[in-house]
Amino acid sequence: MMKYDHILIRYGEMSLKGKNLKSFVLALQENLQDKLADFPDIKIKRSRGRMFILLNGHEPEPVIEKVKHVFGISSFSLAIKVANELPEIKEAALHTLKKAENVRTFKVNVRRVDKRFPHTSLEMNQILGGHLLKNTEGFTVDVHQPDMEVKVEIRPDGTYITSEKIPGAGGLPVGTAGKSLLLLSGGIDSPVAGYLAMKRGVELEAIHFHSPPYTSERAKQKVLDLAKKLTEYGKSIRVHIVPFTKLQQEIFREMPESYGMTIMRRMMFRIAEEVCEREGILSLATGESLGQVASQTMESMHTINEVTNYPVLRPLIAMDKTEVIEISRNIGTYDISILPYEDCCTIFVPKSPKTRPRRDKVNELESRYDFSASIQEALDGIETITVTSRQQETEFQDLL
Amino acid sequence: MIYLDNSATTIPDPSVVESFQKTTEQYFANPSSIHQLGGTVEKLLETARRQAASILRVEPDEIIFTSGGTEGNNLAVKGIAFEHRNRGKHIITTAVEHPSVEEACLSLERSGFEVTVLPVDRYGVVAVEDVKKAIRDDTILVSVMHVNNEIGSIQPIEEIGKLLENYPKVHFHVDAVQSFGKVPLSLRESGIDLCTFSGHKIHGLKGTGILYVKKGTRLFPLLHGGGQENEVRPGTENVAGAVSFVRAMRLIKEQEQENKDHLQALHDRLWNAFENIDGLHINSPENGAPHILNVSVPGIKPEVIIHMLGEKDIFISTKSACSSKQQDESKILVACGFSRDIAISGLRISLTYHNTVEEIERFLQALKEAVAQFKKVLR
Repeated sequence: MMKYDHILIRYGEMSLKGKNLKSFVLALQENLQDKLADFPDIKIKRSRGRMFILLNGHEPEPVIEKVKHVFGISSFSLAIKVANELPEIKEAALHTLKKAENVRTFKVNVRRVDKRFPHTSLEMNQILGGHLLKNTEGFTVDVHQPDMEVKVEIRPDGTYITSEKIPGAGGLPVGTAGKSLLLLSGGIDSPVAGYLAMKRGVELEAIHFHSPPYTSERAKQKVLDLAKKLTEYGKSIRVHIVPFTKLQQEIFREMPESYGMTIMRRMMFRIAEEVCEREGILSLATGESLGQVASQTMESMHTINEVTNYPVLRPLIAMDKTEVIEISRNIGTYDISILPYEDCCTIFVPKSPKTRPRRDKVNELESRYDFSASIQEALDGIETITVTSRQQETEFQDLL
Repeated sequence: MIYLDNSATTIPDPSVVESFQKTTEQYFANPSSIHQLGGTVEKLLETARRQAASILRVEPDEIIFTSGGTEGNNLAVKGIAFEHRNRGKHIITTAVEHPSVEEACLSLERSGFEVTVLPVDRYGVVAVEDVKKAIRDDTILVSVMHVNNEIGSIQPIEEIGKLLENYPKVHFHVDAVQSFGKVPLSLRESGIDLCTFSGHKIHGLKGTGILYVKKGTRLFPLLHGGGQENEVRPGTENVAGAVSFVRAMRLIKEQEQENKDHLQALHDRLWNAFENIDGLHINSPENGAPHILNVSVPGIKPEVIIHMLGEKDIFISTKSACSSKQQDESKILVACGFSRDIAISGLRISLTYHNTVEEIERFLQALKEAVAQFKKVLR
């Protein structure tokens, strides 16, 4: 009977790489292996510019769901393996076409590797094309620009029928672009920024500023849930939880209210850079979008960015809020992000924050008070939690 | 005791009862309370929801915890009807539905909806072609059960789902109360919008269940209140019920994995034996669900056989427990086209993974004796 045998993977942009292609391919293979670890019999092999996932009996659908989320893949296709018997090949080709979505035109492309098979490739093109037209409705043949190519390879060990192209996630394999430390607040923007950074091959760690009792355990859990969602698209993520209460209280006690937010953001960047240095991370990533809120005006970014000379990745910088929301819905972070828990940015909100803070003014203000002890205390109190996508939920295991 | 009435209800699994008790004692807080206790309970409830979603291969926010099958079916049928009444008032269902679908539809008829009740064939199966023919411009819902509770026939859910893909305005509800854990069903592949599950049919507790509601499907709630369960099913969550039900789901799925063949073997043993009992008529389709077998011994009141077996500590039922208090013939058997003789004498044997070959043999022996005894008396 018909059975999906393997998934054929086509590389994205990385196929343009030269000598270092191999390292990209190996990274992709490793990421796939990690994502598919729940399917013990699966094998992944590489062969001439392609990668194959051998299903070895596993159902294809759950595997596809995982593959869709792996960066570095431009598209992939399911392949059926049948015996070298005409009726079976016909049935499989028909099955493949019928299962395709958004397809109106097709083309059959037969390659006969096993010359013992009685029909030539040309004959087979006609036989299968005719069979498909006769047994379907609404499809036409287009040999030049078909929506779908039904590829049939008749090999000595069996015939492989490759189905429609399913779009992959694109981008580059996570890990090939080094690491970035994502400032993860719990809002809508920062997870999307993390997602887009990963799309370019970035491996993430995350930093979150936690201000109990102003922010609750649930707010912290929300951030871990967001990080967990992001791991579906990349590797496991280490989340550094910074105890921020004392420093935050000091800022809002000692500094003018209108500058509180600017200075708080500078403190976050200082602490984040310190974590980068400790962990060997080479950049920061934020969900900032130009002009969205007071801290994201050109003047604010100029003033806040002064405290670090690390590169700051801002994948959302030119996006509208609606575009960001759309991505967050697509990647599944939106519903978590909108849970109504306070985060450290929504408490102590000044009534009228400076939208045009100046560096000289801020530096002068900061020099009036010594924050270094509290910064150090925050750094020393960091709790690091590793979030993985395959984390077993053990907490309530005795009940479930 | 030999308990063969598992489609009426099952014996609660001790570990499910334990889960309920522990949860209700230790995690009593209201998950909506913002304090730490509430937070923990909310986390437990959401963990249970995620586990249920992963078992059903859907998303967590598509899981609505309910009080069981009747509520799930009512919420699905009336919820769709009232929410989408401006779009159309036509509902399609079958002649062999559980009363909670049937009566919900009838109640809608009284408030101005039109209901098409599709016939079934001799095997209790609806024809996909009939569904297609019944669809109109104003059809808003098709409700078809997966496995029939009385005779075990399996409806062509995937095919109906495929058909309905061509009618994006028609919602598809499936009552999977009898099938879950026994007959596989892929919610996604079958294009199902709403699917009902019940706890006490899978060794869980009464008062527990799930309605699967596909993302983007809007329902008018039966109850109004504090907005729990996506605002579709308000009321302080029955956390212990939900948690214990999800454990029962996990356990039945494990059973399905490991003991599928065992259940089928019990079924086949019964089938073969029934074929050789003189005067006994098998009403179930041979390729039906593995756990439900319906037979008739025309001329003998089924209650008498039930009571005779009961004396020997063996428990089966007449028609479904849900309608067995009503007099006379089984609607399901009538819908299948059986004669009155057969329709008034239906007996249902319903199995679970825990039943043993020995139990089946003892039951068969007792049944044969009972039937033989009557035959003698009647002659």
